[in-house]
Parts: sequence; C-alpha cells; structure tokens
Amino acid sequence: MAKITLSNLAHSYTKNPKSQSDYALKTLNHVWDDGAAYALLGPSGCGKTTLLNIISGLLTPSSGQVLFDDKDVTNKGTTERNIAQIFQFPVVYDTMTVRDNLAFPLKNRELTTDYIDQRVSDVARMIEIEDILDKKAMNLTADIKQKISLGRGLVREDVNAVLFDEPLTVIDPHMKWKLRTQLKSLHRQLGHTMIYVTHDQTEALTFADKVVVMSEGEVVQIGTPTELFEKPAHTFVGYFIGSPGMNILPASVQGDRANINGHDVKLNTEYAKIDGKIELGIRPEFISLSSDPTNLPIKINRVEDVGHHKIIRASHQDHDINIISSEDTEISANMRYVAFDKTRLNIYADDWLVEQ
Amino acid sequence: MKKTQNQKAWFMVLPVLLLVAFSAIIPLMTVVNYSVQDTFGNNEFFWVGLEWFEEILHSERMHDALRRQIIFTLIIMTIEIPLGIFVALNMPKKSGLWTSLCLVLVALPLLIPWNVVGTIWQIFGRVDIGLLGYTLDYIGINYNYTQDATAAWFTIIIMDVWHWTSLVVLLSYAGLKSIPDDYYQAAKIDQASRWNVFRYIELPKMKGVLLIAILLRFMDSFMIYTEPFVVTGGGPGNATTLLSIDLVKMAIGQFDLGPAAAFSLIYFLVILLISWVFYTVMINSDKGNG
Amino acid sequence: MSLELANIELKVEGQQHIYQTSLTLENATMNVLLGPTLSGKTTFMRLMAGLDKPSSGRIIWNGEDVTGRRVQNRDIAMVYQQFINYPSLSVYENIASPLRLLNIAEKEIDNEVKNAAELMKLSNFLNRKPLELSGGQQQRCALARALVKGSGLVLLDEPLANLDYKLREELRAEIPKIFARSGSIFVYATTEPEEALLLGGNTATLSKGRITQYGKTPSVYRHPINATTANIFSDPPMNFTRLQKRNGKITLGNGLQLLPTNEMSNLSNGDYIAGFRPNHLELTRSSEQAIEFKATLNITEITGSETYLHMQHEEQSWVGLMHGIHDLKLGEQVSVFLDPSHIYTFGHEGDLVLTAPYSERA
Repeated sequence: MAKITLSNLAHSYTKNPKSQSDYALKTLNHVWDDGAAYALLGPSGCGKTTLLNIISGLLTPSSGQVLFDDKDVTNKGTTERNIAQIFQFPVVYDTMTVRDNLAFPLKNRELTTDYIDQRVSDVARMIEIEDILDKKAMNLTADIKQKISLGRGLVREDVNAVLFDEPLTVIDPHMKWKLRTQLKSLHRQLGHTMIYVTHDQTEALTFADKVVVMSEGEVVQIGTPTELFEKPAHTFVGYFIGSPGMNILPASVQGDRANINGHDVKLNTEYAKIDGKIELGIRPEFISLSSDPTNLPIKINRVEDVGHHKIIRASHQDHDINIISSEDTEISANMRYVAFDKTRLNIYADDWLVEQ
Repeated sequence: MKKTQNQKAWFMVLPVLLLVAFSAIIPLMTVVNYSVQDTFGNNEFFWVGLEWFEEILHSERMHDALRRQIIFTLIIMTIEIPLGIFVALNMPKKSGLWTSLCLVLVALPLLIPWNVVGTIWQIFGRVDIGLLGYTLDYIGINYNYTQDATAAWFTIIIMDVWHWTSLVVLLSYAGLKSIPDDYYQAAKIDQASRWNVFRYIELPKMKGVLLIAILLRFMDSFMIYTEPFVVTGGGPGNATTLLSIDLVKMAIGQFDLGPAAAFSLIYFLVILLISWVFYTVMINSDKGNG
Repeated sequence: MSLELANIELKVEGQQHIYQTSLTLENATMNVLLGPTLSGKTTFMRLMAGLDKPSSGRIIWNGEDVTGRRVQNRDIAMVYQQFINYPSLSVYENIASPLRLLNIAEKEIDNEVKNAAELMKLSNFLNRKPLELSGGQQQRCALARALVKGSGLVLLDEPLANLDYKLREELRAEIPKIFARSGSIFVYATTEPEEALLLGGNTATLSKGRITQYGKTPSVYRHPINATTANIFSDPPMNFTRLQKRNGKITLGNGLQLLPTNEMSNLSNGDYIAGFRPNHLELTRSSEQAIEFKATLNITEITGSETYLHMQHEEQSWVGLMHGIHDLKLGEQVSVFLDPSHIYTFGHEGDLVLTAPYSERA
C-alpha cells in the first residue's frame, strides 16, 4: 500500500501543446492518502481516464511527476508500480477455471503452491465466489466475471493501489448496487488505496470517502459527498451533483445582500467586494414556495410528481428555477414567490465559489 | 388462415431452388448415374450395380493416391497453421500506412490465379532459368523436380505454403484484432509471460477463426489440383499424383467414366465425412468450455 | 385512434411469455409499461407493433383487426434502447428518411425536419453524421426520426437507459413535450418508477408476463391493488413487515405496538403484511403517532442529493430514502420513524386490504 503523490502533473495528447485547451489534463497537484477510497467523477471526455492511466502507468504524462511513497515512478511501467486495475469490460482468462484465474498473478510471480492455495481461497471467500471456483470462467455472467477480475487484483497482498475504470458499465442494473456496496465493504476490510473512475454520481458518492470532480481536463473540486452537496466549489459541481442540479442565478452582491434583477435577497454573511461574473447558487432542496410578495417573484411552468417528492419547474424572467418540495405540498394559486434558505446560499464569481 | 400469408415466401425461394437444382443436384445425379453403369460408347449403357465402387475401394491405385493426399494435407497444415499464427502475431496492430502495406503484401499470393501460381513455381524451380532451382543447384544440392520425387514433393509443398499461409494469417489477424486492449493491460498487471499471453488470451480468442482456417485449409488442400498439376503433372512417375490428379487421369486420360464417377463419389463422401467430423468437434469444443 | 389488445396471449415452445391480457389504449395518451428486466415489456411492444404474433387473441387498431399484419404495413414508429440511426446519412437525412418513403414534396420535408430538429435541439448538427454526435444527441436524432413519421402509435423501449444521468434528466423533460405535440398513442417502457411518474399519463405495471394493474399513473402509484404492483412501483422496492390484529390490538413485526387509527379500526382480526415506501422512513420523529423502529445499518448509498440507508430490522431488510446527505456510522443501531398513515395493509396473498390512509387524503 502506498501514498500516491501527483506533482505538477499535466498531459496533452498533441506533441507541442500551445494553449490550455490542448491539454487533456491540466496542471494538477494532489496527494492520494494511503488506504483511502477515491472516486474520479465527471462527464465523458473530462480527462478522468487520462488521469487514471497516468497513475496506473499505462500513460506517461507530458510533464510533472508521479510518486509512490516518495519514490518517483513517472517513467516506470505498470508492473513495477504494482497496482491492480479493473476495466470497463471484465477481463477473465476464458479457458482457465475461476480458481486458476485467481491464482494466475501469483503463479506468474512464482510463489509457493501452499501460499497460492491459501490466498486464492481467502480472496474467493471475500468476494463470495467460493462455490464456483472450479467452473470454467467462460460462460459466467458479467457481474461474476467482473468479480473475478477484481479478485485477481486483490489476490496480491502487496498491491499499492486498486484502480477501477467504470467497472459497472456492463453490469445489469439490478446487480449494480449489489456490486457497488460490496466494493465499499471490501475497501473497509482491506484498506487498500482505491481509485474509482465513473460518470455516475451514485457510484462515486457511494463508494468514495473523497470525490474528485473533473470537468474539461481540470479538477474542480475534491471533497466529501456532503461538501459537494452543500458547498460546490464550482458551478459545474453544483450542476453535475444532484438531480436536478443547483439553480444558478445571475446577481450582484453588496455586503450581506444579493440583488437578482432588482429583487433583494438576504445573505447569511457579509461579502467583501467581488469582481467578475457574479452568480448565486442554491439547490432545489433549499427553496420553498411562498405567497409573500417580498420574496422573488416566479412563474410556475410545470409540477412533476415523482412520488417521494415534487419537482416544481418555475422561472424567474428567463432563468429556470427548480424547486423540490415534499410529496404532500399543496400548491395554491397565490404562491407566486420563492424564498431561499439563506444558510444554503452560495455566491460564485466567474464560476468559482466565493469563500465566506 | 394463418398459413395463407406465408405462401408468397415459397415463390421467392423458387429461383434459388432452380439454381441449386441445375448447378448441384443435376450434375451430381449424372455422376451417380454413371457410377452404376458401364458403357462401350454409342450411348449404350449397362447396369453394373456397385461393381465400380468395389473396384475403386479395393484398387491399389486409389489407396496410394489417398495415402499421398493425406500426407500432403497433413504436412502443409502442420506448416501453414503455426506459421500463419506466427506471422499474424508479428503483424503491426495499429492501423496506418505500414499496416495496410503489410496486409496487401500478405494478401498478394491469394490474388494470383491458381494456374499462374503453378506456372510461377514451375519456372522458379527450374535449374536452368529459375532462381530457386539455379541457386540450389549452384550451392551443390541436387535438385530436379521433374526427376526426383523428393524434390517434386518439396516444390509442391513450398508452393502451397507460399500460396495459402496468407489465408491463415489474415484470419488469425482478424481474430487478434478483436481482442480489446484491456486484456493485454490486465495481463501486464498480472505479470503474465509472452507465452502465457498467447496461451491464455490470444489462442482462446482466435479459436473460432482458427477452426474455420483449419477447415478451409483441409478442404482446399484435399481437393488441390491445378497448382501441382501445372508443376509436376503428378510425376515423376506417380510420386505427386494426388487424389484429384488421379481422378482426372482416370476420367479424361483413360476415359474410364464409370470408375471415375464412382471414384469422385467416394472422394466427395470422404471430404464430407471429415468436414463433418471437424464441424462436430468445433461445435462440441465450444459447448465443452461451458 | 385506439389500440386494443383483446385477450392476447403469447406462448413460445410451451413457455408462457405473456398471460392472457386485454388492454385498450386510447387516442393521444401516454402509456407507460413499468416493470423490472424480463417482465415482458419488450414482448408486449413487439406484439403491439406486429413484430411478433400473439398465440391467441386479437390486436385491433381503430376498430380494424390487424393481428398478424406485418409491421411494414402498420402505422408505427419505434425507438430502442440502443441509438439506432443510419450511420452513413447525415442527421438531416436520418430525420428525413421516413418522409422520403411517403413521397412528400421536398419543401414540406424540409419544413418537418427543421421543426423536429428544433424541438430536439439538433438544429446545429443537421450536417453531421450520427457517430459524430454524443450519445444523447444520437438518441435525440432517433427520437426526431420517430416523431416526423407522424405515426399513430409510437413505441419507445427504454429509450433513455443507455444515457448518462444528466442527459437522461434533460430528455425526460423533453419527451412529454414531444408527446403533447404529436397527438399519437405513446407507449413507453421503463424499469424506473420515477420515469413513469415524470411522464404521467397511464401506467401498466408488469410482472412476469402479466399486467398487474393499469390506470392513471399517480393513482397506480398511490393506490396499488396488490403488493407486487406496490413493489414494482417503488424504487428502491417497498419495505415489508408482519402486521397482526388480535382483539382490536395491532402489532408490527415481533410485537411492536401500534395504536389503531380510525382507518384501521375496521380491519378484522388476523395476520397481514404491512408495506411502506422507503421515502416514508424518517430519521427524526415528524409526527406524534410515528412508530420508532430499531434497525442495524448495513450500508449507505448516496445519489448526490439523497441517501439510501440499507438496514436490517428483525428478519427484514429495509431501505430508507432520506433527503440530503447523511454520513452515518455503519453497523450501528439507528432509530427510524414511520408515520402509520403511510402503511399499506396487504393480505397473505399480497392483495391490498387497506390502502395507506395518507393516499386517500392526497
């Protein structure tokens, strides 16, 4: 197990990158704590797979260093880094039995038979595939195959890190949460450093202690699920986490008041003078309908009843405002205003959160 | 009522049925017809029953040709299949100009008409003007495919390998290309040796196309005629008289139509039988892995 | 226009795929087929489209028997889970393709295509090839093609299942708009209860080749007629526990007392099953009559703005759906609360005996 340090890391797939936009991964400094569970979350093309491949050693970065426990491994191959990786499509050796699949990495390292047998049965118990150890790996279902690929990674006691590259893509929906929760409990049992790449917020937030949100080659926030929900560091995080995402409204800010198109909104704290494009962000959960005309006027376009809550699609002038209210909310005709929970308001300047 | 809707479909199949009837069934029935009759010309035929079949099955000549045929097929397959896989493994994998060039070069022998292949090797092996024959003769190896049986065998085997290994290469290459990169990366992480990568990833993934390659090479080599005929004409003596050459000699050379017809039916059944065995093994090996 | 399935049934090689069903879909309605994987949604659609023929029964379209008529001769558009477009044609030509078959004037085609593209936000991509588009745009293109055809019956088979959740969110909002404009009968298959609720209209819940209930979507959701329907129409699935009534006294699970509410006073003595939705479990007591359960927390899942708590109460596995992010210690005992007005009472066969009182109020 190891602590992984990324120092001034950047990568471009073009030979002579000229501008920032040529970089698939923009300059990044980060330390991955030993034994923690991380998720790399972002839409497709945000650079998360590039970052993963740099950590696993499949890709050499254009600049910067990768350190495993302070040892520079930037130019070392995958094997020397001693990591395990689980891919999108399950990789199993079809002609071998499940047992031989699990034993394969150990046999290649020429360990003793007794040790291998012991280790294989331990891992099989852990991932709950003991009953199929003597079956051929070929015709098993995708989720079992993915477990076998995982098992082959975990069978080596000395792995520095376990990397997952969208491992649940080909898994049947109703099996997904089973595997997801199993991965999490495995992490607790084993304490390996684990890095999990996905575009699915539920997978990321469920699995990880800390989630690294990426957008357009840039890490926009690293935080716990609570932090991402309550204090998105960037408007992208606000949009991407949660459904519907955070409401973003252009505003101006003076002291402890924000102004949206001439309507005053009281803030929780005083802000110093801020430059740039100022926006106010608030999650749909923290807005409530009101009939009090001192609040922000809105027009209700549609009410969606999704069972456990209602989503009210409204707008203030040209700006959409989504409101989540409880299942039993009655919406009366005079509710033409919305009130914000001021403790949950965030102010953004040029898309980045303004610290209070 | 339900059935009326499907009647039209039969009319659609009719042209194909007619085509098959004319191209396969009628000629085949003619052969069957010949194989049970004798003729002294003048369009007079006598019923002889299974006499020709008995004669062919007991004839030394047929046994010799069959033995030569099996040896030939076994030799070329033990060379072409591994060689083809080996070449495919060493082909460049990334698409690009270099890869396209390699593919064209590999495919080239397949594009040459069969009798031209024969002619090329006939000239190539000549001691006086052929590069191969001349070179071998020059370095002191006694090589003359028209006189020496070993040299003749050597020539037709080399020729077949040259002509048909490409097919195995192309099929194996297609199989290899379909293996996702993830497998190689996983194998790297597992520290698998080159041999293990071949044994546990590449070979299993190539199995399907390889079985097709084996089947095709078996059928083609078992029926081979043109190329060895052009090069050696079945000689020296009967040294390279393979089954189809023998058949043609019998039918056209000696005009023994009855025995030749019986011969060709036996020939046909042998190929059908072996192909069927191949096919069943193929299907079962797929199931057996389940 | 209307589509009527009259006593249809499908058996394949002796296996019953669809049990005898009758169903009438009226003009300009949105009809959701809701059920888990392999419950028969796609099979139903194939029967409706005429891709498969029922073993018995009739399919009647506008009063005309179309059983066994081939799909080519029917007025149908279909969109699949995979994004199916003509890869060599531009987006414009893809959308125009069904119109080209109808011998329509070029000018009119142009008009139709541009309108559909506008609605599906594809106007800037008309000259691109489908493979140069993102997944969401590819599916929009397929939807636009189905739309311009102007078919009386539009079948959508889990059209959003292969999209990222953010795109799914966007398209979910757009499909009702398309529907509202078209005036066709829409049939939409999905595994997700939330999608069914968002689409509104009518919902048929499916389980193992049977339609368990059909009706207005919110009404099926709030008044399930049996435990199977309730379970299908709940994500995560409904929680269950035992309910007993003896001498007017009601107990839950292994002996937890429940004060009988007015509604429950009519319940006769006996053994029942109590069911309640995950979102009705709460971490804090919100009403006086709420019942407190002790449960062991096995796992938590976080979706971004909600937290799923997987827990064990006595011999039952339950799931709670909580708003917001809750960082709770796993393996520990937690107290969860349930307002008794959220309890559905089912008989032993799973049939509804008493609906949850709250749903009567809503």
